[in-house]
Amino acid sequence: MQREGQVRIPAGCAISGIIDKSGNRMSGEAIIDSIAVMRERSNGLGGGFAAYGIYPEYKDYYAFHIFYDSSTSKKECEEYLERHFDIINLSKIPTRKVKGITDSPLIWRYFVIPLPTKLSDSQLDEREYTARCVFRINTKIEGAYVFSSGKDMGVFKAVGFPEDVGRFYRLDEYEGYCFTAHGRYPTNTPGWWGGAHPFALLDYSVVHNGEISSYDANRRAIEMYGYKCTLQTDTEVIAYIIDYLHRKKALTFSEIASIIAAPFWQTIKGMSSEERELHEYLRIMFAEQLITGPFSILVGFNGGLMALNDRLKLRSMVVAEKGERVYIASEEAAIRMVESSLDKIYAPKGGEPVIINIAGGGELD
Amino acid sequence: MINYIYPEYEIIRNPDKCISCGVCVRQCANEVHENINKTNKVICDDSKCVNCHRCAVLCPTRAIKIVKSGNTYRENANWNCKTIDEIYKQAQSGGVLLSGMGNPENYPVYFDKILLNASQVTNPSIDPLREPMETRVFLGKRPDDIMRESNGKLINNLPPQLPLSMPIMFSAMSYGSISYNAHESLARAAAQLGILYNTGEGGLHEDFSKYGKNTIVQVASGRFGVHVGYLNAGAAVEIKMGQGAKPGIGGHLPGTKIVGDISRTRMIPEGSDAISPAPHHDIYSIEDLRQLVFSLKEATQYKKPVIVKIAAVHNITAIASGIARSGADIIAIDGFRGGTGAAPTRIRDNVGIPIELALASVDKRLRDEGIRRNVSIVVGGSIRSSADIVKAVALGADCVYIGSSALMAMGCHLCRNCHAGRCNWGIATQVPELVKRLNPDIGSKRLVNLLTAWRHEIKEMMGLMGINSIETLKGNRLMLRGVGLNEKELQILGIKHAGE
Amino acid sequence: MKRVYINEKWCLGCRLCEYYCAFAEKRHEYNNMALALKDTLISPRIRVEEYGDITFAVNCRRCEEPLCVKSCITGALTADGIDKDRCVSCCTCILACPFGAVSLVDNVIKRCDLCNGEPLCVKACPNNALVFEDRRCV
Repeated sequence: MQREGQVRIPAGCAISGIIDKSGNRMSGEAIIDSIAVMRERSNGLGGGFAAYGIYPEYKDYYAFHIFYDSSTSKKECEEYLERHFDIINLSKIPTRKVKGITDSPLIWRYFVIPLPTKLSDSQLDEREYTARCVFRINTKIEGAYVFSSGKDMGVFKAVGFPEDVGRFYRLDEYEGYCFTAHGRYPTNTPGWWGGAHPFALLDYSVVHNGEISSYDANRRAIEMYGYKCTLQTDTEVIAYIIDYLHRKKALTFSEIASIIAAPFWQTIKGMSSEERELHEYLRIMFAEQLITGPFSILVGFNGGLMALNDRLKLRSMVVAEKGERVYIASEEAAIRMVESSLDKIYAPKGGEPVIINIAGGGELD
Repeated sequence: MINYIYPEYEIIRNPDKCISCGVCVRQCANEVHENINKTNKVICDDSKCVNCHRCAVLCPTRAIKIVKSGNTYRENANWNCKTIDEIYKQAQSGGVLLSGMGNPENYPVYFDKILLNASQVTNPSIDPLREPMETRVFLGKRPDDIMRESNGKLINNLPPQLPLSMPIMFSAMSYGSISYNAHESLARAAAQLGILYNTGEGGLHEDFSKYGKNTIVQVASGRFGVHVGYLNAGAAVEIKMGQGAKPGIGGHLPGTKIVGDISRTRMIPEGSDAISPAPHHDIYSIEDLRQLVFSLKEATQYKKPVIVKIAAVHNITAIASGIARSGADIIAIDGFRGGTGAAPTRIRDNVGIPIELALASVDKRLRDEGIRRNVSIVVGGSIRSSADIVKAVALGADCVYIGSSALMAMGCHLCRNCHAGRCNWGIATQVPELVKRLNPDIGSKRLVNLLTAWRHEIKEMMGLMGINSIETLKGNRLMLRGVGLNEKELQILGIKHAGE
Repeated sequence: MKRVYINEKWCLGCRLCEYYCAFAEKRHEYNNMALALKDTLISPRIRVEEYGDITFAVNCRRCEEPLCVKSCITGALTADGIDKDRCVSCCTCILACPFGAVSLVDNVIKRCDLCNGEPLCVKACPNNALVFEDRRCV
């Protein structure tokens, strides 16, 4: 059997997300309940969560979540980490026994900060340095896979149904201001935990439902900028595009949405001259980052969340609000399950981003 | 001396159908058909026939067909008829063999060994009749970084771009090698379609300056017709370093074609042969090219993209990489099947490499070096259909150049005798009574029809792949699979084999 | 009124118009041009004139005040057509037509009838030298 990354596996999916605009933290219970409703949309071959605001005591440190196939790979990886980072804390990620979650790899968590001398020698900024180290581990150290590397956030994923994965990782015991979840319906049997979603790099995490037709165009373009798409999944390439546009090119999330789900030329033609100039510029300048084919994605980042559909809206996605809470899911039922009386509920149009920045955080648009 | 060569083609006239109208007699510039002694009966001299089909097409009763002559030499797997005839021809003439159009020999056509993908179940195909389907492309260099004003507004820092309604342009064919009417047809069609045509190296006839924003003006080694007004007359300037049909040699236009307006447009005396030097004598290396690129940019106030056109040769990747760093905005690569008005046969048939392989390697190399944004890639050299275009774009091209297909739309029947200057279809000729055979109303209409049809087909093919904008087809090699290709070929093309 | 116009710039002198005109006359008998015109001498109502390098086709100009009609001694010829029974083959119309567009064949006058509004000569012209259009100044 080929592992994820050795073969490209298309998948259908369910996604769900909850964010508190005031930044108040909530338990992970609700997101598990929400994604569990959409069991029909996954097939037990992958599930996962991204949680933001869960490590307030370590919020200045990169939280690495790492899968190891063996203790040898763990040893090799830890040696690497020690050479490049100051490790503040390390521990096994706490799990509980759950029926349906088997063949677990070794799952470890490290809170790290780049070694100042190494960092200054590298002439890179701290985030680029960290991202490069993550790539290095994932491509060069066999059996080690960093699946979460942001500050004050974490990804939790496994092969199984998402609700089982949530309980396995004791997500109900974490508190955060934003959660996203993913249930996967792959058309093949990956059997490798690294292939489950969300996919994350630094604090950017992506859950995605869809199968993009632009995959190889996007992949080959983004690999030009030093990214390596080792998993061959849509989610991975979307995450890199987000990282590239947001972190490296300093574009805002609304600009990013106009690039990856660009308005059609005929729509641009009808815009005011200033708008038209902007969109023409973005489409020409970042043509290779346009994504076509069906997708609905939730992009988590420190301080906020963006939900976005492809330009034709070929995947379902609804957004609802109740007080300070915003809920986004593939199906309305997944929202009603956790909050039955909503202030409003609507389906955003294709290509129309929903960007939520929490109070005192997020980006300034 | 006796002519050893038996005519290659034979004209069959069906006596039951022939009504002796004499159209064939009047339309054949090679004087193949002849009335017998002022009667209405017609006979023909097969030895003069070039198989251009003018008589066969115009015959109102379809009484004429042209077939390969059955006369044959003793079978020989090593010495085929063509080879033997060529020896006889050279033994008789003592000259270099000349040919027109592209390499017709039996080398692999990789486009024909590549298949496209389609959406099934896991993602939907998109119906171009019901949903927007975008084929617009922009050619030009793009900077790496964005810039903002102090208030955060993005600054448009893009160098000049060429907008095209579809990823197709008419490739360079000079006024001189083809007729005034052929040029007018191309220019009018380009304007109507929202694409560009290319003047070739013969300068720009003043009548066509009104099509400026649909024109690429070319600067070749002969520098015919080049002046500052010319450089600024078009939307872009192309430096022709080489041509697929004859890499390493310059354009040849015999003095007999340098008449009237052609001599004026080229700025050379009537009747003088226009023999472009093999290299540009101010470009012996890549740094020299850079100087010419910037000279042209200076002359056009940095308002026009500069294209560098090269023939696909063995070290194409290194050359392309050099060009991508030379300041040029666009690289045009011409494959070994590329057409020509006249080239030495041996060069046309034996020099260069297939465009599919050249494109795949160049696109990969520029990405590996992280300089793919520096340039757009345009490919030519036998793009025969919309499927070829879709495959070329998926391999990594931004746009294609079509020459031969455009000529065929205007009437060319690929008889490959352009060099003779007696084109019965009014295309590759300067003889006034032949030139008038191509009415630009018809020529431009047929070109518009062809590309409109191709654009429809491109949209259909994009739609079935689930792609609704051409940008996401570009370089999307996962949409391609090879059939009957070996490991090495697949590796160079960067595609998987069908079934993988 | 729509007329057949010639643009000599595009006329190739191929004379296809003449043969299609002859075929048009026999279309009701034969649906095949070879059958219709095989071994016959054609007498088309459109003729290609040559002068040096210039060639152009001439047919009835559809005069607003047709001299041929005016000159007809029996009233056989009208602007719309010919009453064959009344034509006495006097040829006055031929003498009167300034374009030479009327002819006498088998003792009856012939003149272009525009093929019921779809002139075959125009359809057959390979280079759009013949067009059928209304060019009245508005």
